[in-house]
Amino acid sequence: MNEQSILAIVERHRHRDGPLIEVLHEVQEQFGCIPAGAVAAIARGLNLSRAEVHGVVSFYHHFRTRPAGRHLLQVCRAESCQAAGGRAIEAHAKQRLGIDFGQTTADGRFTLEAVYCLGLCACSPAAMLDHEVHGRVTRESLDALVDAAAKAG
Amino acid sequence: MNVTVWVPGDAGALALGAQATAQALVAGARAAGTEVRLRRNGSRGLYWLEPLIEVETPAGRVAYGPVRASDVPALLASGLLDGRAHPLRLGDIEQHPWLATQQRLTFARVGRIDPLDLAAFRAAGGYRGLARALELGPEATVNEVLESGLRGRGGAAFPTGIKWQTVLRQPPGRKYITCNADEGDSGTYSDRMLMEGDPFTLIEGMTIAGVAVGATRGYIYLRVEYPHAFRVLNAAIAKAREAGGLLGADVMGSGLAFDLEVRLGAGAYICGEETSMLESLEGRRGEVRVRPPLPAEKGLFGAPTIVNNVITLATVPTILANGATAYKDYGQARSRGTLPLQLAGNIRRGGLVERAFGLTVRELLEDYGGGSMSGRPIRAVQIGGPLGAYLPVSQFDTPLEYEALSAIGALLGHGGVVAFDDTVDMLEMARYAMEFCAIESCGKCTPCRIGSVRGAEALAAVGRGEDRDRQLALVEELCDTMLNASLCGLGGMTPFPVQSAMKHFAEDFRGRTRGG
Ligand SMILES: Cc1cc2nc3c(=O)[nH]c(=O)nc-3n(C[C@H](O)[C@H](O)[C@H](O)COP(=O)(O)O)c2cc1C
Ligand code: SF4
Ligand code: FES
Repeated sequence: MNEQSILAIVERHRHRDGPLIEVLHEVQEQFGCIPAGAVAAIARGLNLSRAEVHGVVSFYHHFRTRPAGRHLLQVCRAESCQAAGGRAIEAHAKQRLGIDFGQTTADGRFTLEAVYCLGLCACSPAAMLDHEVHGRVTRESLDALVDAAAKAG
Repeated sequence: MNVTVWVPGDAGALALGAQATAQALVAGARAAGTEVRLRRNGSRGLYWLEPLIEVETPAGRVAYGPVRASDVPALLASGLLDGRAHPLRLGDIEQHPWLATQQRLTFARVGRIDPLDLAAFRAAGGYRGLARALELGPEATVNEVLESGLRGRGGAAFPTGIKWQTVLRQPPGRKYITCNADEGDSGTYSDRMLMEGDPFTLIEGMTIAGVAVGATRGYIYLRVEYPHAFRVLNAAIAKAREAGGLLGADVMGSGLAFDLEVRLGAGAYICGEETSMLESLEGRRGEVRVRPPLPAEKGLFGAPTIVNNVITLATVPTILANGATAYKDYGQARSRGTLPLQLAGNIRRGGLVERAFGLTVRELLEDYGGGSMSGRPIRAVQIGGPLGAYLPVSQFDTPLEYEALSAIGALLGHGGVVAFDDTVDMLEMARYAMEFCAIESCGKCTPCRIGSVRGAEALAAVGRGEDRDRQLALVEELCDTMLNASLCGLGGMTPFPVQSAMKHFAEDFRGRTRGG
């Protein structure tokens, strides 16, 4: 990350009403997270206090302060998926990757996250891997997804 | 030879492999010397048959489903591209009883057209509602919405016309139309389906709202979990702008301006609550605002603001195009029109059922749902998302209608119905409801922030059989405080699933063995 690129992002959104969250989305898109150093630059660029920016970053589950692994596996924990056997899928994902929700594997390959409904409840249990959606997930199909992703790098 | 085949681009269909199916189809046909012209539609909402593909033949569209990529070679060999017989052949999907018995008004075009084909949208009745609103003018347009009996489909069921009237009555000046597309409730996906399958309807509905109340700017607040909808909406907005005056400085030659943009949320359930959503749109923490003032008086950036759900806004065009009376003729009592119900959870035939209000829970679960996916008896349903009550079998004859549900202490919410079979542990579902509230609380009030944590702990203790009576009494007490001392529905309604589970499934709280 360099301050220049953060300021360039800020510059693109400054004219908009209520730009902070838009800026954070773009920073995270570009850098994989909201790096600690970015907060001060964003605050300066948008004329906010650092506490305000930090407050927003910490409020929203989507914003992360450390980069995720190379692959992001999001498993739905909400009711419809639970009703369709989702708890077994949650447990399997944790066991398979050897990590808990919110953690990244030691090799930096996978981050596992809990999500609360992906709008795929007619095909529960559901998961998202690197923004690709998957429904009626089974232990086997989850393994296949993880294997394919691991092979890709 | 050249054949047109429709394969849904809807996220639900993609989650079931529609993209692989599409690729197999194009490649397989090409190998046999036929070019497939692939067209993408939304989902018809029969998710149990997705990927559901439709082949254009001289006799009309012929559907097949569910078609996995591995089914494609055999299908092609038996004459799929001529619409020939095969065990997966469904024929004209609109004649399928699951769809033919529905009353699709809001979802009339979803699954039928290419979501980004503006000409097809117009040919299928699009922009007639806006044309009529421009003819009628603001007062009469608002009256039409009022007359239709439309109530907000986001959960609170407030009469839409009254909300619009309040904003119309505010002095001229900056006003906003905001669309709540946060759709956080488990078991719901109608917003997503509509945005992905017929985005111009939402754009038209928001534009009608704009011309009706004198707002020139709109925002769609979309949850970040919906990347497909994000792409479709942005593409549709760009098209509406380009296409000469559907959005922009001069809407349909009226001299009135209206434009809109999509803003992404960031994974906070509470931002579906309207004032939290406004805070988030302003770029702040999504903390709930104290009312009054109402958003209709002082909303986004302090200006009068309409906040409506996706389905509410997307229903306005049909109301304007066909008149309030035509809409009001559907439904019963104070629940007028149609409701897109969403069947989810442990269910054999899950999907979207748009019908006039009044279908019973049982009819939905049995006639449409076909019972549980597991084949075991359905033991409970949760209606209306994570803040909705759990219903036992003895309440399955309740009509899916606002007042009937409220009479049994339940709510319709956004119309999601999640089925659970008899392996469900209702104590665990109650504990989860408290946990969810703790995770998603905006932190502003103590009963919600702390009460939910303590509630989850107490229910976990009950599960371990520790000090059961005292813990259950504590949960009752916490629910009482949350009900009465929360600023918004997250803290205020989490007691609904908890208390309904305790009341109707008491055995699970008294040491019933799981799966028994
Ligand atoms: C905790 C909470 C979450 C909510 N989530 C949503 C949501 O995701 N989408 C929605 O349209 N309304 C949601 N609502 C209801 C909104 O506050 C508001 O009533 C609605 O957006 C108004 O639009 P309508 O009148 O068209 O329904 C939620 C309410 C609460 C209390
Ligand atoms: S009830 Fe909970 S979510 Fe609602 S305002 Fe209070 S703390 Fe925030
Ligand atoms: S509850 Fe898991 S996708 Fe909706």
